[in-house]
Amino acid sequence: MGKQVIDINWDQKFDFAGTFKKPIMKVLVLGAILLVAGIVIEMMAGGHEEVAEAGDHAYHWYHRLFAAIWVNNIYFAGIAVIGVFFFALQYAAQAGWSAPILRIPLSFGNWLPYAAVITIVSYFIVGHDIFHWTHSYLYDVNDPQYDRIIDGKGGFFFWPMAKGSFPIFFIVRMVVFFAAWALFFNKLKQLSYAEDLEKSDSYWRRTRTVSAIFLVFFAVSSSVAAWDWIMSIDTHWFSTMFGWYMFASWFVAGLSAVTLITLFLKDKGYLEMVNSNHIHDLGKFMFAFSIFWTYIWFSQFLLIYYANIPEESVYFVERLQSELYGPLVFVNLGLNFILPFLVLMTRDAKRHGVFLKVVSVLIIVGHYIDYTLMVQPGTLREHGGLV
Amino acid sequence: MERDKHFVLGVYEDEDVLLDAVAQVRNSGVKIHEVYSPFPVHGLDEALGYKRSRLPIAAFLFGMLGTTLALTMQFYMMKFDWPMIIGGKDFAGFPNFVPVTFELTVLLAAFGMCGVFFVSSNLKPWGQPRIFDIRVTDDKHVMAIDLAANAKLDEQQIGEVLKATGASEVNKKNFD
Repeated sequence: MGKQVIDINWDQKFDFAGTFKKPIMKVLVLGAILLVAGIVIEMMAGGHEEVAEAGDHAYHWYHRLFAAIWVNNIYFAGIAVIGVFFFALQYAAQAGWSAPILRIPLSFGNWLPYAAVITIVSYFIVGHDIFHWTHSYLYDVNDPQYDRIIDGKGGFFFWPMAKGSFPIFFIVRMVVFFAAWALFFNKLKQLSYAEDLEKSDSYWRRTRTVSAIFLVFFAVSSSVAAWDWIMSIDTHWFSTMFGWYMFASWFVAGLSAVTLITLFLKDKGYLEMVNSNHIHDLGKFMFAFSIFWTYIWFSQFLLIYYANIPEESVYFVERLQSELYGPLVFVNLGLNFILPFLVLMTRDAKRHGVFLKVVSVLIIVGHYIDYTLMVQPGTLREHGGLV
Repeated sequence: MERDKHFVLGVYEDEDVLLDAVAQVRNSGVKIHEVYSPFPVHGLDEALGYKRSRLPIAAFLFGMLGTTLALTMQFYMMKFDWPMIIGGKDFAGFPNFVPVTFELTVLLAAFGMCGVFFVSSNLKPWGQPRIFDIRVTDDKHVMAIDLAANAKLDEQQIGEVLKATGASEVNKKNFD
């Protein structure tokens, strides 16, 4: 069957220009100014006296910057890949309801190549200050700071090279995951465009197959990525829930981003096929996966709390018993569970844009705090915090 | 004619035909008593013009009951009635109570909702549900029309309306 021209309402085509571009550019400039201001304030705040005393492991102003870079890398790379995941999920499940909005999550994937480059490049710049396991003395039996536990885990980062040298296995995993995600995204994008121009369902079938393969790959890769990029910061500590925990956090933030953009475009007069039932479904997704995230968070917490094994509970001791992070843990739970749960409980709240906009902004901010809480205590100790 | 006794039944084979039929029958001014189908048909409630179900309210109240019950029970048992040291935790440590609270909330919400549904749709043990056509439990959709509620039309005319909308059979059903 040859290609046929199908009626496409070009009024609905979204052009990223002019009135849309300006506010975003303004926010970008504002962000850059705040970044510079933050760096200057952090530099002025000093820590110079300590440097002399503590030597190698002293806190420097740029540690704060590095931790922030890492949080942003992981968080936004996650939202981008969740967009592709959501798209693939809809095809694998043969869902019909989501057809009018599917291009929104798919478009998130455009960030993936940039995310890949930024994360991999920034690993080489910030990695040594973020990841404790990159220090080679940990693997040297003769060194007083030799660490048997980390030495035992070393192969996971350094194989097949000598422990403490270059973390080749870690880097390869990072490159492979990002490359595969980006390639899957590219393939799905091509198939999705081709499906629009074809009246048969052959592209739909191919998209479904690719989606299913991607989902299997993503299930494994997101979990391993969680251990690599976040869990290995607290190198001694481990949690079998961590892959799920990070996926849940990514997924609910991604869903909120999809909802927010859908509502924004709807308000601007795009997406005329989207009605309140679609909005309702997105609301249900956000509601359900806020609870899912909480379920995972609490499961991880409860097991560690109950067993009370020191090498496990140190993770929560660092967070809950710290004046800096303790309150943030409760802010995290409030923003990501209690508020979405209470606000989105009724049917009307899930169908009306105002509530959904507020809640999705809360969730996006809330999960940024969630990631901050995952990264900062292990990297900055008492120097972290949100402000 | 007495109400709720004499019915005309339109039997439909397909849920899409049924959905169109419901709209057409209502447009032609015939009042529908109820539609019976072997599985949930999407959009049937809207087509019949039913108001939103109040079942979620019952579910919420039963859920709250479950939460309250679970927390009270555990606090009473673990703090006052028979305090036990388990894993060195507080007698009334809140995280200990969350799993049971969660389970009882879900259990009571689900059971309460099912119970309310059964009672309100006359499926309670002492109720006597009326079977319009036994085939609605298998593969047929049945639209029941109360003759008394459509006094302006006779049986024949209603039957014709149903036939015109795609009913495969039109039957009569009397309850005494």
